[in-house]
Amino acid sequence: MHELSLAVQLVQIADEAARAADAKRVTAVVVKIGALSGVAEDALRFAFDVAVADTLLAQARLEIHPVSVKVVCPRCGIVELPSLQRFCCPQCDTSTADVRTGREIELESIEVE
Amino acid sequence: MPPRIVQVRQGLLKKNDAIAAALRADFAAAGTFVVNLVSGPGTGKTLLLERTLSALRDRGRRPAALVGDLATDNDAVRLARSGAPVRQINTHGLCHLEADMVGRHLQGWNLAEHNYLFVENVGNLVCTASYDLGESLRVVLLSVTEGEDKPLKYPTLFNTADAAIITKCDLATACEFDSAEAERNLRAVRPGLPIVSLSAKTGDGMDEWLAFLESRRGSEG
Ligand SMILES: Nc1nc2c(ncn2[C@@H]2O[C@H](COP(=O)(O)OP(=O)(O)O)[C@@H](O)[C@H]2O)c(=O)[nH]1
Ligand SMILES: [Mg+2]
Ligand SMILES: [Zn+2]
Repeated sequence: MHELSLAVQLVQIADEAARAADAKRVTAVVVKIGALSGVAEDALRFAFDVAVADTLLAQARLEIHPVSVKVVCPRCGIVELPSLQRFCCPQCDTSTADVRTGREIELESIEVE
Repeated sequence: MPPRIVQVRQGLLKKNDAIAAALRADFAAAGTFVVNLVSGPGTGKTLLLERTLSALRDRGRRPAALVGDLATDNDAVRLARSGAPVRQINTHGLCHLEADMVGRHLQGWNLAEHNYLFVENVGNLVCTASYDLGESLRVVLLSVTEGEDKPLKYPTLFNTADAAIITKCDLATACEFDSAEAERNLRAVRPGLPIVSLSAKTGDGMDEWLAFLESRRGSEG
């Protein structure tokens, strides 16, 4: 359950960004989570609720934006992977290990007051 | 003040990634080839490492090792039998190693004296995937007793690996292990993955593994 470590980092980064913006509190955070990031959404939500206690984020809503896995097919260019169990182009079946999106674990933005 | 949106766009792992990048630069400057061993608990990381450290020392190499564990220092005691310098990283319950733990446990060691550094990660098939430790090579282990479909169940970890080792091959027949299917599954989630099959217990396949390590270290140059 590394989601707790991630949630602690999330609170820290959001807190710094909120203070830099002279905000009194954070009302929402938007996080991008790739399908290949190894992060479990439920575990992150649970950890977030623990990590925000007594911080500027105490009342913040957690918005999770999932990011699909995109790979580079040598023939077809950037394509979306339909299954994490098979790293092959969905159009021509060429295998590829060149992952372009899907590993994200990112704080995208915060909503502050 | 009315609510407003502040763009942040920062990776939650940026701190770890920055420490890992600094470590990687230190390792490169010292000529230390670093291998991060990841797998579930009981796959055979410690036994393989024990045999690898001994074999490399027999070849005149100077390997060192860090070994992560949730609570005990049993693995460090086992590894120290090889004669190589070994330190335990006790994570106190944390399910993976992070770059700063590696950095802290290297203090006092002169990296230039070690051409290899092995890091045995905490036995965990999920959390270890996200943490760069500054390694040159991430090696995932799959034992014949775990079944051929582990890569399909944990694609994130297997996808981030640079090489795979199928361990405990001496037990393959007893487990009715289908090695062709295991290799197919490994390469389904990580096309092109180099795979070595071995038994640390009998020594079968160890030469191929050592040759692989030496060639990768050589090409780092
Ligand atoms: N038969 C057999 N047993 C092995 C082999 N490698 C490891 N083991 C055994 O598997 C168990 C777990 O091994 P260990 O190295 O501690 O795994 P770790 O948790 O991944 O570090 C121990 O009882 C080892 O003796 C092998 O190649 N063959
Ligand atoms: Mg071990
Ligand atoms: Zn294609």
